[in-house]
Amino acid sequence: MYEILKKKVWQEEKPRITEFEVDAPEIARAHRAGQFVILIVDENGERIPLTIADKDAEKGTISILFQEVGKSTMCLGKLDVGDRIHHITGPLGKPTHVEKFGTVVCVGGGIGIAPVHPIAKAMKEAGNKVISILGARSKDLLIYEEEMKAASHEIRVTTDDGTYGRHGFVTDELKAMIEEEKIPIDLVVVIGPPIMMKFVCKVTEPHKIKTFASLNTIMVDGTGMCGACRVTVGGKTRFVCVDGPEFDGHQVDFEEMMMRQQQYLTEEKIAVERCEKQTCHKN
Amino acid sequence: MSDEKQTQGAPKAKPKKPKIPRQAMPEQDPHVRAKNFDSVTLGYADEQALTEASRCIQCKKPLCVQGCPVSIDIPGFIKAIKEKDYAKAVQVIKETNLLPAVCGRVCPQEEQCEQKCILGKKQEPVAIGRLERFVADYEAAHGEAPLPELPPKTGKKIAVVGAGPGGLTVAGDLIRKGHDVTVFEALHKAGGVLIYGIPEFRLPKAIVEREVDYLQKLGVVFKMNHVIGKIRTIYQLMKEDGFDAVFIGSGAGLPWFMDIPGENLNGVFSANEYLTRNNLMKAFDFPNYDTPIKRFKNVAVIGGGNVAMDSVRTALRLGADNAYIVYRRGREEMPARTEEIEHAEHEGVQFKNLTAPVRILGNEDGWVTGLECLKMELGEPDASGRRRPIPIEGSEFVLDMDAVIIAIGTSANPLIGQTTPDLKLTRRGYIEVENETTCRTSKNGVFAGGDIVTGAATVILAMGAGRNAANAIQEYLETGEWWTPNGDGEK
Ligand SMILES: Cc1cc2nc3c(=O)[nH]c(=O)nc-3n(C[C@H](O)[C@H](O)[C@H](O)COP(=O)(O)OP(=O)(O)OC[C@H]3O[C@@H](n4cnc5c(N)ncnc54)[C@H](O)[C@@H]3O)c2cc1C
Ligand code: FES
Repeated sequence: MYEILKKKVWQEEKPRITEFEVDAPEIARAHRAGQFVILIVDENGERIPLTIADKDAEKGTISILFQEVGKSTMCLGKLDVGDRIHHITGPLGKPTHVEKFGTVVCVGGGIGIAPVHPIAKAMKEAGNKVISILGARSKDLLIYEEEMKAASHEIRVTTDDGTYGRHGFVTDELKAMIEEEKIPIDLVVVIGPPIMMKFVCKVTEPHKIKTFASLNTIMVDGTGMCGACRVTVGGKTRFVCVDGPEFDGHQVDFEEMMMRQQQYLTEEKIAVERCEKQTCHKN
Repeated sequence: MSDEKQTQGAPKAKPKKPKIPRQAMPEQDPHVRAKNFDSVTLGYADEQALTEASRCIQCKKPLCVQGCPVSIDIPGFIKAIKEKDYAKAVQVIKETNLLPAVCGRVCPQEEQCEQKCILGKKQEPVAIGRLERFVADYEAAHGEAPLPELPPKTGKKIAVVGAGPGGLTVAGDLIRKGHDVTVFEALHKAGGVLIYGIPEFRLPKAIVEREVDYLQKLGVVFKMNHVIGKIRTIYQLMKEDGFDAVFIGSGAGLPWFMDIPGENLNGVFSANEYLTRNNLMKAFDFPNYDTPIKRFKNVAVIGGGNVAMDSVRTALRLGADNAYIVYRRGREEMPARTEEIEHAEHEGVQFKNLTAPVRILGNEDGWVTGLECLKMELGEPDASGRRRPIPIEGSEFVLDMDAVIIAIGTSANPLIGQTTPDLKLTRRGYIEVENETTCRTSKNGVFAGGDIVTGAATVILAMGAGRNAANAIQEYLETGEWWTPNGDGEK
């Protein structure tokens, strides 16, 4: 189990973005849109959460997509087809609440586009009109464009540097849709860097557009046992791994969440420096 | 042998047999051990065990056995020690207790067997726990335990959810009955609290791993990384995967927080997180292991149970200059094992008893800087029989702190309850069972035991529940009989 069957490098330039198709039949069968896995790369590895970008229940595979931003993702990126990931637990978290809302806008920023993909797909299948906004820093950093096209009725792209689509942020596009094009939106689902999610929520809040944000906190077990993943939502402490990962974005305390994500920066640096000097061992 | 010499050398003046004192167990020097994760206690050597065993007067009606939640034949195994038949001593224990190496180390003997020991009336009780550990360690040191002969396969399939002491006991008992047993465990290692919660210095992980290996050799299948309720539901296990019965031993893993200001600051952890990082993920050996843990200088642990003691002693070992226990009642009321409290004291843990935290203070970057507390005094006994702590008005004070670890208790994880609608839960979310002997839940063919039924308790109680459940499952497989909870049992 957990053998890597396909490897696709979306972006060579550092930090590299890679996608794996992994043999995990039981997880593929149980997975619903919005859920994630926790994996351990090797014997001494830590438990890291990654969202499921796609699955093929029949083939028994799941796709995970990650950017090499820390020691564990760097080690993961060194694995090749035929290698095995040490452990994968999942699917975890609550599935996205999918029903016919009407018009659903799926916003994905950076590698957040990958986890938005199964949600867009499920929303479309449920009879919603799905418009997706994909944001990237630059044209060559845009991932999953084709997949999102297939999963949506319409896609719109923004790039920070203007090399593709609208020159600007996803929030600019969303604002234009609401205020200029006056598209009636019933639901927004957003996944991406916390700061982006925060601003997307700021855009939708005054218009009272329901917004789900999928949070990516630090996690350890992913089963509700440790509370490492806690966030404040509507003034209450919630555990992202079991109560989430999706919450009403207008209720999330993003400032606190961002602060909590900084906890291990020093350690992460130490680990990365060490990793760059070493060769990772494979399973 | 040295033991004889000792007796010969004893003063002959008194007509009566001299009273042999309870044998102390050798331990690492407190100053040394407060900086390493090796075992604190070192176990009896042969002579000490023999001397200690000789103190047992082999009561005809042994009270100690009544004090043991699983009724180990205590005089029986001590007699075997006296006869130096250690292998037999282990056998006697294992008739009722699958994990003596664990229980010898972590059971609260002073509230159980040793509390009842008749010697305790006039002098100190026999050190039953230490003797239990001695024989279990003897077995481990002298090669592998022989595999018992298993009966022919019955063709029945049992699913065990959770690989804690409760689940492991059920698995061990039922594999010996010829059934196929599969254990589903959420984490990547088996052992439950024994592996993620209780630290290495108190319970070496090799002991737990050895027991799990042994079960594997007997044919128990372990499916790790399987969160039941997520990857499979109980319903699917029974209806689609063909399991004839299910035992749920998923523990009380959900940590409580206090709901005081500042609880989500950086540097505030649940004891579960702090201990899991360190024990399961080996963060103390970062960066050789990838999971990080901060080495804080001033650490407060809130609570007075075993979990609090384990956390505070871990903080010391990670290099804290000041490691505090902040507990709202007095030392007498602490639920931790006496031995752990004493060990913590010797290692230099500072106890702030009769102290209740009211607020965690932090800086602009969101890191903990202090803990504001209130002084308490003890009033009338409450429902638990312990004297209720009452705040002393105007007694607020602040302790400088970099980290606060919350060890005030846990409750049931809701994952299984949420995904098994016909499983009856108590008001507090624990699984309701018919009674402790049958362990039958409201769902046909589903049994439960351990912390998920009782709330956070002890290793030995979880194992006792496992033993009862295994017997009840065996009976169910033979008769197919079920009970009718409140007259509206499952179809
Ligand atoms: C730090 C600490 C110190 C302690 N010290 C002592 C001590 O000194 N002496 C003592 O007697 N007791 C002690 N205890 C208590 C004792 O460990 C527990 O009472 C005992 O382990 C309970 O056993 P259990 O089998 O019910 O559950 P657990 O040991 O909690 O095991 C439950 C297992 O089920 C798994 N699980 C949970 N949900 C699922 C799911 N949905 N699917 C699959 N698997 C699941 C969990 O991951 C876990 O491995 C301590 C507890 C802690 C936390
Ligand atoms: S990651 Fe441990 S509780 Fe969520």
